Amino acid sequence: MNTQVKSETLSTDRTMPPEHSLRSSVALLLSRQAPLLTLLSFLLAWEFGCRLGAVPEYLLPAPSVILAAFTDVEAVRWLGHLWSTLRVALLGFLISIAVSLPLAVGMVRSRYLSRTLYPALVVIQSTPIVAVAPLIIVILGTGDAPRILITCLISFFPIVVAATTGMMSTPPELIELSRSLKARPSREIWQIRLPYAVPHLFSGFKVAITLSIIGAVVAEFVAAEQGLGYFVQFSTSYFKIPQAFAGLFFLSAVSLVLFKLVQFVQKRLFPWSLSEPKQH
Amino acid sequence: MKPYVSFEQISQVFSRPDGSSLMALKDVSFDIGRHEFVAVVGPSGCGKSTLLRLLSGLLRPTRGQVTLFGQPVTEPRDEVGIVFQKPTLLPWLNALENVVFPVRHKTGRVSRADYERARELIEMVGLGDFCDRMPGELSGGMQQRLGIARALLLDPEVLLMDEPFSALDALSREEMGFELLRIWNERPKTVLFITHSITEAVLLSDRVLVMSERPGTLVENIEIDLPRPRTAASIQEERFHEYSSQIRDLIYRPHYAA
Repeated sequence: MNTQVKSETLSTDRTMPPEHSLRSSVALLLSRQAPLLTLLSFLLAWEFGCRLGAVPEYLLPAPSVILAAFTDVEAVRWLGHLWSTLRVALLGFLISIAVSLPLAVGMVRSRYLSRTLYPALVVIQSTPIVAVAPLIIVILGTGDAPRILITCLISFFPIVVAATTGMMSTPPELIELSRSLKARPSREIWQIRLPYAVPHLFSGFKVAITLSIIGAVVAEFVAAEQGLGYFVQFSTSYFKIPQAFAGLFFLSAVSLVLFKLVQFVQKRLFPWSLSEPKQH
Repeated sequence: MKPYVSFEQISQVFSRPDGSSLMALKDVSFDIGRHEFVAVVGPSGCGKSTLLRLLSGLLRPTRGQVTLFGQPVTEPRDEVGIVFQKPTLLPWLNALENVVFPVRHKTGRVSRADYERARELIEMVGLGDFCDRMPGELSGGMQQRLGIARALLLDPEVLLMDEPFSALDALSREEMGFELLRIWNERPKTVLFITHSITEAVLLSDRVLVMSERPGTLVENIEIDLPRPRTAASIQEERFHEYSSQIRDLIYRPHYAA
């Protein structure tokens, strides 16, 4: 769509008087900035809706009120909460990767493992983490360890699935090539299957990183004295609704940044994985 | 003296997931001489590719024996190179790294001499300027040239080709055929070439083995007595047409006879 508008601009630039080119550059701007403009108009509608309808702050605070609540909290406190949540989410995410990859390799290599492990993993995945979290806190105490465990439990599954699917989607010819060379099985994993799984893996990572934030927040809801999730919960229980909203938006922003970060890492380290190779 | 390559009364039975069994090959026997170019044609599912996998050592025959240099084939050997139907290059490696991949995969390290040999091979298949390119940037024909270069890296005595040009469009396919003959002329190999194109089989090979529908049996063994080097002009020759129609008859006749 972008390119269509662009080419239109180019052609009108050459043949049409200036006012037409102005109109089409407005159209170009509109189409390029569509997501931002939509967000802005949504916020504006929200702001005026709240003001005109005189919606009470404790039900739905206007964006300006939320922004004021955000700046009311000192930066140092925000950073403290941010660090607490981020630490748990990122450690949980990294440990998930460290656990999931060997699991996936094991399941690809051994039929026995995949038949015994997979059902167990599905059971873990289908147990509501919110219901298990209090138990984990009771058993492991209130430090970082139980929170990281909760985060891992929620974020490892997409990585395992992505890694196994990716490794299984390796073209059979390459596996035959590997066998015909009598290469060590570990090389088949490292040099063929795992790299082949990279595009799948990163889809898994993108899901897992946002789940990690959810895991960290769930853990904070159960027991914590720091963290963005804790901040939202505590603000709500004191009826500081604008402040709760501010925490919520901050959380979403963190989630979004982490998601983009995963995308960035993929683009920098594995640029080839972003486009499917053509085999014909 | 034992023949160079020999298939001795090969039968191959596969068991299906549902427990039933499937006979892919029945009593197939033939020999291949050193540096001979042999093509196998036959209808889909006649077990052509199975022949190739038996000689590669990736598959053991249910009955009979495959021998290479007079010894039974029991496992894959370095003297055998394989070119697959799809080029299946590794998308994260450039052309040069893809061609040296067999050495890296087999031994874990690549010497300067290996790179040198890979460069020569890439030069030979006509892609000298493309060593740094990623597979995604190359056409299907170029990718398959690299596939051939990769198969030649360990300097195999025997080259197995499993419908290597079937994923290409008709023009690149013909071009690749001549290209292969040129390479074969430069580095003589014993070639077992699986194809479902009769023209391709006649154009390229010294001998065409015609197979029947499943269970695959050997129907005919046809010496192609056309002068080499073969060119586009070879296709115009009367004998070329005679061979082609003879093979076509052998493949289609069973359907129209009854």
